[in-house]
Amino acid sequence: MTTTSVNPTPSASPAGSAQPLLEIKDLEITFTTSNGPVKGVRSANLEVYPRETVAIVGESGSGKSTTAMAIAHLLAENGSITGGQILFEGRDITHVSEKEIRVLRGDQVGLVPQDPMSNLNPMWKVGAQIRETLAANGIAKGAEARKRTVQLLEEAGLSDAERRAEQFPHEFSGGMKQRALIAMGLAARPKLLVADEPTSALDVTVQQQILDHLDHLTGELGVAVLLITHDLGLAAERARHLVVMYKGQVVESGPALQLLQDPQHPYTKRLISAAPSLASRRLVSSSQRAEIREQAQENAPVHAEDRLTSPVPVSDTMAPEFGYAEPDTDAVIEVQSLTKSFPIRGKVPWRSTPFLAVDDVSFALRRGTTTAIVGESGSGKSTVAQMVLKLLEPTSGRVLFEGEDVADLRGGRLKALRRRVQPIFQNPYGTLDPMYSIFRTIEEPMRLHGIGDPKSREAKVRDLLDKVALPAAMMRRYPNELSGGQRQRVAIARALALDPEVVICDEAVSALDVLVQAQVLELLNDLQAELGLSYLFITHDLAVVRQIADHTLVMEKGKVVEQGTTDDVFHAPQQDYTKRLLAAIPGGSIPLAGSETIDVEAPEGLADETGGEGDGGPDDIIDPFAQAGHV
Amino acid sequence: MRSDAQNSRRPRTEHWVAPLAETPLQEVDAVDTTGTPRSLWAEAGRSLVRNPVFVISALLILFVLFVAAFPQVFTSQDPGFGDLGRANQPPGPEHPFGTSRQGYDIMARTFWGARTSVIIGFFAMIGSTLIGGTIGALAGYIGGWFDEVISRVTDIFFAVPMILGAIVVATRVGEMSMWTVIVVLSIFGWTNVARIMRGAVISTKSQDYVTSSVALGAGSGTVLLKHVIPNAIAPVIVTATVNLGVFIVAEATLSFLGVGLPTSAVSWGGDISDARDALRTQPSMLFYPSVALAITVLSFIMLGDAVRDALDPKARKR
Repeated sequence: MTTTSVNPTPSASPAGSAQPLLEIKDLEITFTTSNGPVKGVRSANLEVYPRETVAIVGESGSGKSTTAMAIAHLLAENGSITGGQILFEGRDITHVSEKEIRVLRGDQVGLVPQDPMSNLNPMWKVGAQIRETLAANGIAKGAEARKRTVQLLEEAGLSDAERRAEQFPHEFSGGMKQRALIAMGLAARPKLLVADEPTSALDVTVQQQILDHLDHLTGELGVAVLLITHDLGLAAERARHLVVMYKGQVVESGPALQLLQDPQHPYTKRLISAAPSLASRRLVSSSQRAEIREQAQENAPVHAEDRLTSPVPVSDTMAPEFGYAEPDTDAVIEVQSLTKSFPIRGKVPWRSTPFLAVDDVSFALRRGTTTAIVGESGSGKSTVAQMVLKLLEPTSGRVLFEGEDVADLRGGRLKALRRRVQPIFQNPYGTLDPMYSIFRTIEEPMRLHGIGDPKSREAKVRDLLDKVALPAAMMRRYPNELSGGQRQRVAIARALALDPEVVICDEAVSALDVLVQAQVLELLNDLQAELGLSYLFITHDLAVVRQIADHTLVMEKGKVVEQGTTDDVFHAPQQDYTKRLLAAIPGGSIPLAGSETIDVEAPEGLADETGGEGDGGPDDIIDPFAQAGHV
Repeated sequence: MRSDAQNSRRPRTEHWVAPLAETPLQEVDAVDTTGTPRSLWAEAGRSLVRNPVFVISALLILFVLFVAAFPQVFTSQDPGFGDLGRANQPPGPEHPFGTSRQGYDIMARTFWGARTSVIIGFFAMIGSTLIGGTIGALAGYIGGWFDEVISRVTDIFFAVPMILGAIVVATRVGEMSMWTVIVVLSIFGWTNVARIMRGAVISTKSQDYVTSSVALGAGSGTVLLKHVIPNAIAPVIVTATVNLGVFIVAEATLSFLGVGLPTSAVSWGGDISDARDALRTQPSMLFYPSVALAITVLSFIMLGDAVRDALDPKARKR
């Protein structure tokens, strides 16, 4: 966090009489749907003063984007403002004509959209698209516009701007596209920039660079920013005033730090306690009931003991220079010098160059523990997961499951491996067959492996649904009726149907809202304690790693740059790349008053749902990271 | 995030909290247990029933099917009985639609003609969907060189217009029976089904639930039959429904050209062909079989459209 830090003194001086640049009063937005009118936003109030950054924080469906879009009259077809006022520089723009609002857009209110991948027209050169903005706002034309475009791109932090302006969007990386969109949003020098999740689709390090740059730029130009984000940590770090929205209503607003340290509304409290970037260590299992622990020990006495008594030894399983290391007896999965190269098209069509997606990766996953592989997009982390699942053949190196090379497994023995190693995938909307009822989905693995009779299978499905905290009545429903978090819980239930030993979670919580994400993480954690599972956890989110993993591998461009216990990696990172990743976690530097209590106590709502008993007193399971303190 | 001095001089409600009574906290990710479970097919059915296009076309099709099954309910005349003594009669009490040049009762021919059209259309649809569906699914699922070869073969068949292909076969075979027509139409009409099935299978097989199933230990056959095809079938159903109308038109065209069914068969195409010369003198001779053909084809194409609206994956994201 180099250029950013939280203003330590929440401004409390109502000295000046500055007029707010933007004022939203009792805004109500109604959508007409086939089920009748639905209020998307109710009685929303917020103010943005000149030169200040205000963030609206909320989960999906909270109405944060809808509120922002209403400012520039960019609501979806079926939405309309049905109450309240929007004042821009004191002028009521709630119901002004399309012509007037068009003058406002771009010129006064700039917009940086959410998805950089789909907001640039792939048929047009990037420069041309910025020139279009300039022309539309009557700023510059022809050669003058060309010059201005290059300046704007430079300003947005694109090197070699002159050449870049003549390129097409597909030649840009995600971060570069977002920079181009920022250039576009600021092209007409608006007074207010509305940035709707400007970096959610980007890697953390890129996110940090871009937000730093945006901060710097808007500061220099004196542009006020309305930042829309789902990430409380990011909001608190970037904005001085926060507005928290929940189910279409503003539930709390105030100076960033004050809000974070002294949240008043229960929803804000819940949000703060769930934000992974603000939490600081491994989740203490909330299943504190003695019976569960007993059961876990019964089921997997060896594993449980191993896990409970000694912290995981620091990586001593790095592959030697030549040959393979002796199989690690304690490791349920061991990966040795795993390499995967894909042929990519070279300059001439008949000659392909190999691309090393995974380069000499070695690690061991110990029983009953969690190993996380962290990396940004393109780091090869998912490719590793696919090879461990034997969905992809390694180019060289090997994957050992209980000391046995999985490459040699065929037929029945492969099927046996499939039974013991289960995946959970990222996209909750793609992971369940839409044609299958929940019952059929969870029953499928048992049927495939010929386990039990219909009656015992049904009992097992009920039991599994109970384990993932879903009502048994759910099993007659279909995936399209479930929320993302619920689908992911069904996917977990399916993965557990065969009583596997290892579960490979490939970005399993990345697509979920933070509260739901916290809930699923807690569930995974509880299940690990209960069933002695081993997790291989693939993620781009370091903050999540801290909550779930015992052992962490950091990957960059196919190589492991650092590995060790999560504690070591977080407290004493050895590599610059790891340090950069850690520094890029938004909100990591924000001191939270009473963070101690937040970490230990599961918030009321969450505890109820995951089946724990809310206030179970201090956890007497000795967690290796429990005493580690905070980062 | 900027700490410019001027930022701090602004009046504002410092720390505002909404009254809890107005913003009650709900359970995280609450499970909705109200209402009955709805599968995708049930939802599609629901939206179909609400679509007037579907209701109208379905009623028309039911009527056409009824006519095809029980033409004698509507007419007591024998469609195969021609009496030159009563040829070219205008519509009258005894022959409500008039008679043809061969002395056939046009009303009887129109109602009995439905059976031929419906049988040929239906079985040609089944045949072409089976051929095209199988070929397309295998090409899409197996991929690689197999897909290359199959796709080129599909292109070759696609390049031959269905009617032209049928004419060529007809000139070799001579007179065709109803079943020959069905086979010929199936052989030349499966390509669009194959292309659509292949595309749908390719996009479905990369879904996570398919990968999940493989990782669970399912074999490729199981995965194809249990996961991929059920999820890829919707656009094929739409195409097949529209194809049914197309095959009815094709049969009529062949009969019109005189290369389809034998002249002894009762077919709208043949009747339209016979009525050509009487267009000016007795338009009713042409009118009734044409209207029957148009209504039947139109209702199947409308049905296809309505089904497409109901099954469109974009329309039902969640």
